[in-house]
Amino acid sequence: MEIGMTHYLALSAFMFTTGVIGVLTRRNAIVIFMSIELMLNAVNLSLVTFSHYLNDVQGQMLVFFVMTVAAAEAAVGLAIVISMFRNKQTINIDEINILKY
Amino acid sequence: MENTISEFGKVFIFLALGVVLVVGGFITSRLLRPFRPNTEKMTTYECGEEPVGSSWVQFNIRFYVIALIFIIFDVEILFLFPWATIYKQLGTFALVEALIFIGILLVGLAYAWVKGDLEWVRPNPNVPQLPTKKFEKMPARPEASLLSLVESITPASASESSLPKV
Amino acid sequence: MNSLAYQIIFYLFAAIIVGSAALVVISKNIIHSAFGLLFTFFGVAAIYVYLNADFIAVTQIVVYVGGILVLLLFGVMLTNKITQADLKTETLNPVPGLLITLSVLAMLLYTFYFRAKWVTVPVDQQLRGTVVEPIGIATMTTYVLPFEIVSIVLMVALLGAAYIARADRKVQTKEGK
Repeated sequence: MEIGMTHYLALSAFMFTTGVIGVLTRRNAIVIFMSIELMLNAVNLSLVTFSHYLNDVQGQMLVFFVMTVAAAEAAVGLAIVISMFRNKQTINIDEINILKY
Repeated sequence: MENTISEFGKVFIFLALGVVLVVGGFITSRLLRPFRPNTEKMTTYECGEEPVGSSWVQFNIRFYVIALIFIIFDVEILFLFPWATIYKQLGTFALVEALIFIGILLVGLAYAWVKGDLEWVRPNPNVPQLPTKKFEKMPARPEASLLSLVESITPASASESSLPKV
Repeated sequence: MNSLAYQIIFYLFAAIIVGSAALVVISKNIIHSAFGLLFTFFGVAAIYVYLNADFIAVTQIVVYVGGILVLLLFGVMLTNKITQADLKTETLNPVPGLLITLSVLAMLLYTFYFRAKWVTVPVDQQLRGTVVEPIGIATMTTYVLPFEIVSIVLMVALLGAAYIARADRKVQTKEGK
């Protein structure tokens, strides 16, 4: 079977849903971060696929900006997680509930 | 397409060869070696010392700030690489744009520098406090100084000197 | 282009991606999750090579594997207690999360395979050769303003993260120490 556009998109969909499962079901904030990175990678993959099949380099430019934002997000998010760990001694998201109510 | 695939194909061959060699080595050793574990053998080797506790200890936070600065400038390089390939075509405009880009990022680096995130000193250095004053006042004749030193560290005078309370 | 070896290697990398992504989510050990993420990133880089995005593939390795993954591992090492030796984590609400996600996956795949009418250019017009120069030209013409804003985003991220993470910051507690 010839490898076409839908193959890449289906792979991207699988990665994205794996990331969604991780975000919805895990307790550890760092694993949730990893799942978010999975989702961003899936989106990047579909962007590069469209860029290839439409003969347009703009999709790849968008991937660069997504990577930049992913790096910034990981940096700030992990700093927040570390700061939270220092104050609460835990990074399980169901135990960090002082903003509830 | 053909060109890039064949170039990256070489990378793939190297990758596959590395994986095959390492995994093959592990599998052959698993097949050939005797397997008789005991507690002594399973402990982590720490230069002959008995390992105490887990090796997953908490790191110092300043490693994180260093990694942070690294990743920011990693992404900067990612943007400057395609810029460098077309620099000749665009000339001064590209140079000015890149200088603005680097300049804004250097503000962040300067902030981290001013705030002392880049200084590699420990906050409370544990310097051993030895009674060094007696050694500093050593005169030119060492044998005389040794004599006075021996007198000075007799028990009577040693109680006065500031020995560290360990 | 679509020879048998080409397809076999594609499916190999796709299997690596799906398997290691599942490891990231399923594994109870955070370090195993991080290694699963490493293999996922490598697999995605290989798929980028298939899509003729050579520079993105290299960038994927440099930024994700060399940067973000290292940062995540630092996060793991910075947020476990010394007494807590096992680094285990559990799941939360697995059944509803799984149901929602699988319905999303089914919807996506149904759309991709049966509903969507993708517009593609003919094969002989698809991107080929290296794309570093087109990316550089796009960076310096169409995307000049985003290029500068990226530097501001990165600077703000550096300032904010360094400020939040710094250990000896004076924290105003409730007791007013």
